[in-house]
Amino acid sequence: MTTETLEAPADAEAATVEVHDVHKWYGTHRVLDGVDLTVRPGEVTVILGPSGSGKSTLLRVINHLEKPEIGHVSINGELIGVKRQGERLKELSERAILTQRGRIGFVFQNFNLFPHLTVLDNVAAAPVATGRLGKTKAQELARELLGRVGLGDKTGAYPRQLSGGQQQRVAIARALALRPGVIVFDEPTSALDPELVGEVLAVIKDLATSGTTLLIVTHEIGFAREIADRVVFIDGGKIIEQGPPSEVLDKPRHERTRDFLSKVL
Amino acid sequence: MSEPPGATVTLPEAPTSDEPSKTLTAQHVLPLRRPGRWIATAVVLVLVAQFVHGLVSNPFYQWDRWGYWFLRPTILDGLLTTLQVAAYSAVLGLLGGIVLALARLSKSPVLRAVSWTYVWALRSIPLIVVLIFLYNFSALYKTLSVGIPFGPAFFSFDESKLATDMVVAVIGLSLNEAAYAAEVVRGGILSVDQGQHEAAASLGLPKGYQFRKIVFPQALRSIIPNYVNQLIGLIKGTSLVFYVSLLDLFGSAQTMGSTYPGDIVPLLLVVTVWYLILTSVVSVVQFYVERYYARGATRSLPPTPLQKLRAGLTDLRARIRREAAV
Repeated sequence: MTTETLEAPADAEAATVEVHDVHKWYGTHRVLDGVDLTVRPGEVTVILGPSGSGKSTLLRVINHLEKPEIGHVSINGELIGVKRQGERLKELSERAILTQRGRIGFVFQNFNLFPHLTVLDNVAAAPVATGRLGKTKAQELARELLGRVGLGDKTGAYPRQLSGGQQQRVAIARALALRPGVIVFDEPTSALDPELVGEVLAVIKDLATSGTTLLIVTHEIGFAREIADRVVFIDGGKIIEQGPPSEVLDKPRHERTRDFLSKVL
Repeated sequence: MSEPPGATVTLPEAPTSDEPSKTLTAQHVLPLRRPGRWIATAVVLVLVAQFVHGLVSNPFYQWDRWGYWFLRPTILDGLLTTLQVAAYSAVLGLLGGIVLALARLSKSPVLRAVSWTYVWALRSIPLIVVLIFLYNFSALYKTLSVGIPFGPAFFSFDESKLATDMVVAVIGLSLNEAAYAAEVVRGGILSVDQGQHEAAASLGLPKGYQFRKIVFPQALRSIIPNYVNQLIGLIKGTSLVFYVSLLDLFGSAQTMGSTYPGDIVPLLLVVTVWYLILTSVVSVVQFYVERYYARGATRSLPPTPLQKLRAGLTDLRARIRREAAV
C-alpha cells in the first residue's frame, strides 16, 4: 500500500518525552494519579489499559490539551505549557503553548480532519498558518507526505469522500507535516471498520521503524506485541507495570494486568 | 417443483379458480391508484384558479394604476433607500452579532454578562420604540463625547449634524439586528464539533486562524439559513424607518397614497411586489451561498435548479418510454 518507507523528516529530531508526577482531576474524579514516564528518543511506547483508566488523558496532557493539576511534562527537556519561575511553575501564554503543540503530532480516534478543506489543504494548513512554509512549499510537502501514506491520488478530495482508513492516514500525514519529534496516537483504529484497521497500522508500523518517538494508545494487542519497544499498562490513573512486550504481555506480574489481558486477548 | 429453489416464484394454485398459475418473475408492479390525491389536487387547482381570476379581474386592484406606479422615480428612490438601509444594517448587524457572540462565548464573566444583557434588552424592546427613541436622542444628549466617565472628554461632536435620518435608521436597525445575529452566530459556532477545536489546537494553529479558517467557515453552514431568515425580516423591518421621516419604499408609497387617495390599493400592491422581488433575490443568493459552504460537508454538492430540471426531464422521458413499452 505505501510506496516507500516512511522516514523521519530530515529536520525532526526524535524527541525525549518526560512525564513527571502528573495528577489530573475532573471535578472530584481523579483521572491521573501520579504518573511518571520517560520515553527515549525513537522509542515506540504502547499504552494499554481498561476504558476510563486515564490513558487518553495522559496523551492529552502531553500536548497540553489538558492541564495537569500537579506535575509537568517536558519534551527534550523543555517544559510543556508552563515555565519555571524560581521554584514555581507559571502558565505559558496561549500563543507559546500553540507553538509548543506544533512540535507534537497528535492523531485522534475520530480523525478530526477539517471537513471543509481538501485533503491537501488539511495537511498543508499547519505549516502555512504557523508561517513555517510558504503556500507552495507547504503544498509540495503535503503532496509528498500524502504519497508516503499511499494517498497521493486523493489530494483534491474532501475528507468525507474518503473511507475511515483513508481519513486516518490523511490525519497521520497532517501530523507529520508538523515535522514533530514525537507523534501521539489516541486509539487510532478504534473508529474503523475491521477491514480498514490494517492499512492504518501499516502506516504506523512504517513510522515506528523510521525512528520517530511514538506514543500509542491502542487495544490492538497483537500490533503492540509487534511494534512496541515498551508496553505500559495503566489502571486507575496509575502505571501498574511497564516493560518490553515479552514481559508485560506474556508474563504480566500484576493481577490487574493479567485480568485485563485475559479480557482483551 | 422441477425448477431449482429460489429461481422463480410460483403462485399457489387457487382452489376455486381454474386459471393456471402464472410466474411472477419479470413482471412490473402496478402502482397503487390514489384517487384521494387526484381529488385534492383538483380542488386546490380550482381554488388557485379562482384566486388568480379574482386578482386579475377585480377592478378594486386597479392594475393599470399599478403599472403606472411600479417604476415611478419616487417609488424607485424609496426602493434605493430601502436597499441602502437594509444593506448597511445587515453588514453592521452581522459584525455586531459576531462580536456579541464571541463575547458571549468568552471565558470572561463580564463580557458574557454584558453580551447577554444586550441581547436580552434589544430583543425585548420593539424596533419601532428603538427607532423613535434614537430619533429623539439628540434632544436628550446634545453632544456625544468619548472620554472617561465623570472625567475629561477626549473629543466630542455635535450630534444634530452627524445624526441624519439615514444614520438614525441604520443605527436603530443595526442595534436590533445585532442582538438577533448574535444568537444566530453563537448557535452556529456551538454547532461545530468540539473535535475541530481540538484538532486546530493540537496543530498549533494561531488563535485567529483557528476562528477564521477552521471554526467560522463550518459554523456558516448553520448560520446562513438562520441569518437569511433574519435578513428577510430586516428588509421588511426597514418599512418602519418611515416613522423616523426617512422615505423608503413603503414610506414613498404611503406618501403618494395620501396625495392620491384613490391609488392606495395599487400602491400597496406595488410595494408588495417589490418586497416579493427583494425576498426572492435574497433566497436565490442564499441557495448558491449555502451550496458553496456545503463543500466537504456532503459527499456531493446539492444540484442547482437547472441540474434538477435536466434530471427531471431525463426521468420523465425514461418513464414515458417505459410506459409506452408496456
